[in-house]
Formats: sequence, C-alpha cells, structure tokens
Amino acid sequence: MTEKTLANRAEVLEGLPDHPAVKALLAWNAEGLVDARFDRKELTLTVAPSDIVPALQALKAAGYNAFEDMTAVDWYPNEPRFHLSYHILSHQYKERIRLRAMVSGDDPAVESATVVWPGANYYEREVFDLFGVRFEGHPNLRRILMPEDWTGHPLRKDYPVEGYR
Amino acid sequence: MADFDVGTPILEAPVAEGAKDQHMVLNMGPQHPSTHGVLRLVLEVDGEIVVRLYPEIGYLHTGIEKTCEAKFYQQVVPLTDRVDYLGPMANNLCYCLAVEKLLQLEIPDRAQWLRVMFTELTRLNSHLIWLGTHAMDIGALTVFLYTFREREDILRIFEEVAGQRMMTSYFRIGGLAMEPPLGLLGKIQAFIKTLPEKIDEYSNLLTGNPIFRNRLMGVGMFSAEDAIALAITGPTMRASGIDFDLRRDMPYSSYEKFEFNVPVSNGCDCWARYEVRLQEMRESVKIVQQALDGMPEGPVKADAPKIVLPDREKMKTQMEALIHHFKIVTEGFNVPAGEVYQAIESGHGTMGYYVVSDGTAKPYRVHMRYPGFASLQALETMCKGRMLADVVAVIGSIDIVLGEIDR
Repeated sequence: MTEKTLANRAEVLEGLPDHPAVKALLAWNAEGLVDARFDRKELTLTVAPSDIVPALQALKAAGYNAFEDMTAVDWYPNEPRFHLSYHILSHQYKERIRLRAMVSGDDPAVESATVVWPGANYYEREVFDLFGVRFEGHPNLRRILMPEDWTGHPLRKDYPVEGYR
Repeated sequence: MADFDVGTPILEAPVAEGAKDQHMVLNMGPQHPSTHGVLRLVLEVDGEIVVRLYPEIGYLHTGIEKTCEAKFYQQVVPLTDRVDYLGPMANNLCYCLAVEKLLQLEIPDRAQWLRVMFTELTRLNSHLIWLGTHAMDIGALTVFLYTFREREDILRIFEEVAGQRMMTSYFRIGGLAMEPPLGLLGKIQAFIKTLPEKIDEYSNLLTGNPIFRNRLMGVGMFSAEDAIALAITGPTMRASGIDFDLRRDMPYSSYEKFEFNVPVSNGCDCWARYEVRLQEMRESVKIVQQALDGMPEGPVKADAPKIVLPDREKMKTQMEALIHHFKIVTEGFNVPAGEVYQAIESGHGTMGYYVVSDGTAKPYRVHMRYPGFASLQALETMCKGRMLADVVAVIGSIDIVLGEIDR
C-alpha cells in the first residue's frame, strides 16, 4: 500500500481504487462519500451525518466486521463543531478504517450505530455524556461516567478544565 | 444474532410486572471485594438466578482525557500510567506509538526491542494479578500468595529500570527514558528462567482442582458472534474461538520479528478464558526470552534533538543541547496537525489511543479505548440465567480494571 498522503476524495479514489472500504462505499452510494483522506497510513472516509448507519452497514458487509471504537472531537468555535470518528477493524484484511461524520453544534444528533453493532452502546453513551451529542434510537441514552444530575458536557472545549465554579 | 439487552435501566423500573412477589433487586458494589475496584452492579434476581444485570460505572472517573488536553505531549505519559494501573508500560507504549506516528519518528531497534520486552513483562504482571484475584474470588486463596510473589519480582525489575514500581512512565516519545541499568537484563533472565516452573505450579494448584473446574466450566458462555457484536477483544475474544491478535496480525514496535503462538480456544466459557490466559503467560515468557537473546545494540532514543531530551551529560556540557533541553521542558514541541489511532494488544485486549493534533505543543484531543469498557457490556449476556455466585466468576474471567473503564 502507498505511503503517501492522499489529501482529498479525488486523490484517494485515484490512489486507492481497489481498497475494499472505498469500493464498498462507492457501491453503496457514490454521492454519499463526501470526503476521504489517507494520512499516516490511516484511511478516513467522511459521510454525511444522516448516512452513518447505512455506511456502517455497507462497510460491515464488505468485511469490516469489528467495531472497535467511537468517539468525538469538539472543534468549537468552528462549524460543523463535532467530528465523530468510528474506528472499524477488519479481521480479514487486517486493517482498520475511520468513518467520519461532522455534526453541527446546534442540537447535535445522529442515528445510533447500535443497530449495526450492539457494542456501540457504551461508546455512544460516553459521547452523549461528555460531548452532548444525541444518538437517535439508542436503547438507553443516559450519562455513563458523570453523575446523572451533572450539568454540562466536560469534554466540550467551552467547558473549563477545572469545571464551573 | 442474539437480542442484546446492554443496559436496561433497572433503577427506574425495578422489577418486571407480574414478578413483584418473586424477584428482588440486589445491589453489588461499589465496594464489593470481587468487583475488582469500584464497579457497581444492580441485579434483578429470581431466587438465586440472575434475571437482569446493570453495571453502574463512573465511580473512578477522573477526567484524564480532559486533563491530557492541558498538558504537553510528554507530560501525558505519566497520566497514561494511571489509566490501566496494572499494565503501566502497555499504556505508555500505546500513547508513545500514537504520538510517534503523528511525528513520523523512527525509533531505534534497541528501544523497540526493550519496549517489547517490558510490555511483555507488563502483560505477565497483569495476568499474574488476574490469576491471583480470579482464583481468590473462586475460593482458592493460596494461588494469590504465589502469583503476588512473582509479581513482586516484576515490580522490582520495574523499580530498578524506572525508579517506580507501578507508575513507571519509562517510555518516552522517541524511545526510552534511559538505558536500563547494568546487570538488569541478567536479572530479567534469571526471573524468566524460573517462571515456566512457577506457571506449572499455579496450573497444578488450579487445573485439576474440582472446585475450580466446576465453578468455571460451562459458566459465562459467550459465543464468537456475541464477541464481535459487543466489541470484545483480547483473551476473552480468543477464548470464544476468534483467532486474532494485534501483535501477530497488525504488528507494531517490531513484534513481527518475534515468534510466538496465539492461544485460541473454542470453549467460550470461563474455563476457556482461564486456559487462554495461562497459555498466554507461557508465550510472553518466550517473547521475553527472544528479546533477551537477540537484543540489538545501539541507542535507546531517536535522533531528534528537538523532541527527545538530551542526555544529562550533554546537557551540562554542550550549549546546543542545553538550549534544546530548555525549549523542550518549557515550551514542549509542536506536533504536526493530524489525527492517528494506534492500537496495541494489552493484557486485557485491544487498547487504542486516538490522538488529534492541531499543530501546537499540546494534544487537541486524546481518546483512550480500553478493552474493559467494552467487556462490561458482555456481563449481562454472560450472567443471564445463571446463579448469582457465577457473576463473581464471570467478572474475574473478563479481567477488568476499573481505572481503564472510568478513566
């Protein structure tokens, strides 16, 4: 596989035309793949937030069988504010990809990935707890690490490190 | 696929309608000795049969991920020790590999081999504690004393090399803190030589023990399908018949140069997990032995004066080194913008660090993926319909550390 950085969708499509994940997403919906990046030997594929679940399903069907991790990054005050990263591992290809969705800071919500992998449950609860991103269709969306009655979402960038006094 | 019920909010609807006169809600923890820290379980039981189980976590939440955002890259290393406090060097390794990937830094061979050796010692340390406490939960008290005897040897090695027994912070971004002291490799050799006998000793105490066997066999059944669905990794996954180990399949830190087997079992129960981990300890011994035999010569720090602190001697005698030292300590070093996810095989399973840089000297975001967090999701599937006492055996068999779950 190439070592070079492929900075955008066109370069990735040209540089990695046979990559199973790229092929799977193109076959699912060529328009759905909004952006792509191959950097430091890691492939990031970006889809619209409303497409997360179908994209995950397409990847799962293409051999990316194991959900490994899911988290968010807050780019406050930039918009779209929250970048969600799903790290999906393929036991078959011995390779990992990152599925990315950018969610607006104004009432952030996406569909829950628990319908694809029930194991996404705790990870989404964590993102809900610490970032305040809601996951529609999650079976038990409630705080997991912070106390139930906590105010605010500590990993947001506008939340001070020492907490509110 | 089974219908997973990860986390039914038990506290709100305590007992199922129609079962009010038979079912009881039982609170276990957070100070229960068999929950390995501060795990709280809320159980709905029908007599002694577990109907539902709901883990309540967060009692040990310290906001380490938030703290990381306020530290220089190097200052994060001591924080990582405290996450999975039974596997300090594995935490250090995973974080350092992630940042080195961001920096695209080449690490000298000797540092890589020493890292492998110490990470395997860490795995042994972690498995020894697991074995001791697991056996103790089941009622075999003696094994605990034996495994802690060997663990003490490992901690002495750690103390000698890092100055600390548990919170080692020995790995640095760009290599190791310093060359291990003279004679240490000989001590590791002496320890490793006796360890297979000691593992036989534990095995003699447990493997044929009818109580231990009956408490583990057929308990906590967990299929390969369940393991994938619930993001379970590591020995728990391999005991369900999935043959995947990051050390072999996606090697890092020159693991590809070592020969070892990946123990897999199709037993799917607590006993299979016991056997897989015991076998893993023997494999770790092999890896440490290979590292000692083939240890390359050379530096233990990368040649990157703007990132790696200079040796003390150089710092005191050379102007250039003094300037670099001053700059690194006071301002840190800038890391090119980007994001990486680095995963390694820790004692408990897949440990992953997701580090995002915005080009400054402090990480923009550090996310830690730890195996125990996912393993808790499996508890209900493993315990449902079993006796209450089996919950204790199952918690022992998934080998959790609450520090890594709550972070």
